[in-house]
Amino acid sequence: MDTIQIAIAERVAEQHRHHGKALFFWVWGALLLMTAIEVYLTYQNMQPGKMLTILLGLSLVKAALIIGYFMHLKYEVSSMKWLTMCSVVACLVLMTIFFFPDAFRILYLGVK
Amino acid sequence: MADSAVHDIQSVYEPSLFGTYSKKIGMWLFLLSDSLTFGALLYAYSYGRISTDGWPTPFHSESIVNATIMTAFLLTSSLTMVLAVRASVHGDAKGQRLWLLATMLCGTGFIVLHGREWSNLIAEGLTLPMFPKVPGHEAASEFVNVSKTVPQFGATFFGLTGMHMLHVTLGVIYLGVVALRRKFIPILLVLWMVAWLATPAYSPFHYGAHVLLISAIVCSIILWLKPKLYDSSDVEVAGLYWHFVDLVWMFIFPLVYLMSAKIL
Repeated sequence: MDTIQIAIAERVAEQHRHHGKALFFWVWGALLLMTAIEVYLTYQNMQPGKMLTILLGLSLVKAALIIGYFMHLKYEVSSMKWLTMCSVVACLVLMTIFFFPDAFRILYLGVK
Repeated sequence: MADSAVHDIQSVYEPSLFGTYSKKIGMWLFLLSDSLTFGALLYAYSYGRISTDGWPTPFHSESIVNATIMTAFLLTSSLTMVLAVRASVHGDAKGQRLWLLATMLCGTGFIVLHGREWSNLIAEGLTLPMFPKVPGHEAASEFVNVSKTVPQFGATFFGLTGMHMLHVTLGVIYLGVVALRRKFIPILLVLWMVAWLATPAYSPFHYGAHVLLISAIVCSIILWLKPKLYDSSDVEVAGLYWHFVDLVWMFIFPLVYLMSAKIL
């Protein structure tokens, strides 16, 4: 790496040094707890639509915890956070353009 | 010294828009593109599910328990990975290596459990036309007709989970290279031989094991052409990749397994 890259890497490493271990164990515990809730709900024979909503909600929270704390995005500069997250969410939303019209038709009119 | 270096070059170059080093930005860009690959596969699976009558629910209680343990392995591996990054930024080389090896162990546990589950499903009749037939299982198989009547299930299930398993496998190899460098190559070759010889010829893993051989060749070329000591930035970038495969599983597990559970 050249000088500037080494300097920036050292600055990033300095940011990491300020994080205690306890935070990571709390995040890990929360992720395990949410997984346990998901599995518990599976054994409750809930209505599929309601269950899908809850499971996807929990998955989004778990994803946010992993990206924010484990992948360290919470501590990055604003431009990094917004550009990465907005671009990937925009692309995933674009995919739903092809998904949702047929999904609604199938759900309300049956499989054709 | 680090700050003065930044100030010196700031007069010559514009500061980084993302406030971090370039290989980390490169990994983030790769992960963003990879998330679209998995997004497309998850959409394909979901679309197939809602548009197909008679979608199978092959995951009994045993499969759900198995997948839950796999999830716990991946979540724990993410914890050990951040501890490896933490050890590396504190200059603890021994701790860094130990936590990386612990992460690899959890990842390997995930792959073994996933492989066992695939083998059970294939033995029960959930298969793809490209997979060799399992001798002696035709009559007893529970889902022998599903592959013919709902081929979308096998195609999307094996496509999605197979792509994820490949990512986890490559992640374990990536961490092995960062932790052990050239010492990892003979270990990888031994693992390839074991995986190839220990799996029967009708198993898809018999041929899938060659991924390890190809990886060993690619890693050897990289390690001999550009040998280096991997520092904390390399460990952090490897960690980003590892957390990403964990992240993807957080969507595969509920959408594929929990929503297709058959709890009696």
